[in-house]
Amino acid sequence: MTRKKTKYVPVPSKSILPERDASRAPVLECINLGITLGGIKAVDNFNLTVGRTEIVGLIGPNGAGKTTVFNLLTKVYQPTTGTILLDGKDTHGMSTIQVNRAGIARTFQNIRLFKNLSVADNVKAAMNNEMHYNMLSAILRLPNYKREEIAAHRRTLKLLSIFDMQGVADVPAGSLPYGAQRRLEIVRALATNPSVLLLDEPAAGMNPSETAELMDSIRKVHEMFQIAIILIEHDMSLVMNICDGICVLNFGQVIAKGTPDEIQSNPAVIEAYLGRRKEEPKS
Amino acid sequence: MTMKRLINLKRAEARKIYLTYAVVIAAYIICQVMSSTGLFSSSMRGMLVPICAYMVMAVSLNLVVGILGELSLGHAGFMSVGAFSGVASAILMQGTITNAPLRLALAMVIAAIFAAIAGFLIGIPVLRLKGDYLAIVTLAFGEIIKSILNNFYLGMDSEGIQISMITDTTRLLKGGRLIIRGPMGISGIQKIATFTAGFVLLMIALMIVFNLVNSRSGRAFMAIRDDRIAAESIGLDITKYKMMAFVMSAAIAGAAGALFAMNYSTIVANKFDFNTSILILVFVVLGGQGNMLGGIIAAAVLTILPEKLREFSEYRMLLYAVVLIVMMLATNNAEVKSFLAGLNPFRRKEAA
Repeated sequence: MTRKKTKYVPVPSKSILPERDASRAPVLECINLGITLGGIKAVDNFNLTVGRTEIVGLIGPNGAGKTTVFNLLTKVYQPTTGTILLDGKDTHGMSTIQVNRAGIARTFQNIRLFKNLSVADNVKAAMNNEMHYNMLSAILRLPNYKREEIAAHRRTLKLLSIFDMQGVADVPAGSLPYGAQRRLEIVRALATNPSVLLLDEPAAGMNPSETAELMDSIRKVHEMFQIAIILIEHDMSLVMNICDGICVLNFGQVIAKGTPDEIQSNPAVIEAYLGRRKEEPKS
Repeated sequence: MTMKRLINLKRAEARKIYLTYAVVIAAYIICQVMSSTGLFSSSMRGMLVPICAYMVMAVSLNLVVGILGELSLGHAGFMSVGAFSGVASAILMQGTITNAPLRLALAMVIAAIFAAIAGFLIGIPVLRLKGDYLAIVTLAFGEIIKSILNNFYLGMDSEGIQISMITDTTRLLKGGRLIIRGPMGISGIQKIATFTAGFVLLMIALMIVFNLVNSRSGRAFMAIRDDRIAAESIGLDITKYKMMAFVMSAAIAGAAGALFAMNYSTIVANKFDFNTSILILVFVVLGGQGNMLGGIIAAAVLTILPEKLREFSEYRMLLYAVVLIVMMLATNNAEVKSFLAGLNPFRRKEAA
């Protein structure tokens, strides 16, 4: 498989987000992370370091614990062992909400949009924490309400324009086609100003041309925002093409880590995916 | 350009809101004209204020059920807190504030504050629960409020306000007045509630709810309703926003309770029981969850209907139930819905 290695240089002028430190220092570190669910070690001894602008693929057979890792990172589950450092700060004891404010945003394997809200409102809901007007300003439509709402609307349209979705801004999110719903989830996650974006099977249920489009979108997002992206995906062409590094999980354990080329030729990975070759008779 | 676009995007929602205001204002004018020209029977005139109060209750409960997506089965409890605190404060203010509309307005504000406090206190345990559990616990709290008010005594004499529970131990001095008398409730209320006051309260309630829905708080409420897990993942504080909606809804219900109570000379806590909570829920469900205008119309129809069915004497409640079932079926019918939507004069004209 040929892989064009793109060198990502920080381009602050293109960035919609406030300027970030674009150094290669790790933004996220998982140290000895583990969780026991129902007596089973769903994830065990998980170590991963993600650079500030890296794209990392998290792959593995079904039930390997990939989504559990995301749930640990976003504190849906509190880890039984280990530490998660975000920007060098321990996230121990943080809630899902606090960890999002600290800079981790995610999408979901089974799309979770606010179906009855318009596309624009889905994105604006994610900007809630950067708006400051209170209930009284909203009820009385005071100037700061109008000012902040207009600013949020501008930013929403800008974010939606990444995926050419400004045109459907006032359509209910639930009525969007499948691919667009997946893209909207990414936009909504981006609206919270993350430094780490977690994408849980973004290409699930997409045909090859849609997947190719998605790949371009992820690249675009990465270039514009200069953020770290962790990606769970079964589509190997997507993973191998887009990721700087890959981490392979099986039965909750990391069985391999490396560049896409290294992973493709790793015997442990091949075994996890295809099974063990029959013992050859000794000659 | 962006501003214009913002207005465009909001147009669909705005149309629905304008229609609601327009219908309410038109209904008010028609009722005022009919009542001043003597076209209304005295029983109909007497129902105008309770209808307004129920409409406000429908708007208030719609905020919790339709917008926040949580079922509250104890909303009459907040109404009764508002009714008792509002009427009691109106009686206490009788000497100092002689202007009746002003006293009514102040009493409604006080009622809203007391109901909001009750909403906050009840919200602390209730909002930790989800779905069915939350609904059942609100039911229990509605009954608790009723029991407390049934055993609450409040009197006023030259030494100030005296309060006691279970039995009347206020021992008022001579010339004092026992205002809240436990299960006997409050009697000797000055009927200062007017239809115009009800109309103004309904307009204020609508303005609060509509403006709140179209703000960051409203988006948060609806986001939590649509997907709680996703709402958490984008950093929305679920408990805070649930509490906000719950307290706001309780405050509006409290003001409605004060309006309702000041239309009668006597008010007792048993008036605001489980049946009343369910009646208000029926308004909301029949009108469509999240649909303010629907809830308002349902409140009017279902308050007038039992009166109009009086001529059927003992078959009255049977007929009421049948009509309710037919209405529920009809309003859930897609064809009826599209017909009703066609009646909206603010609707965007679509190309044929």
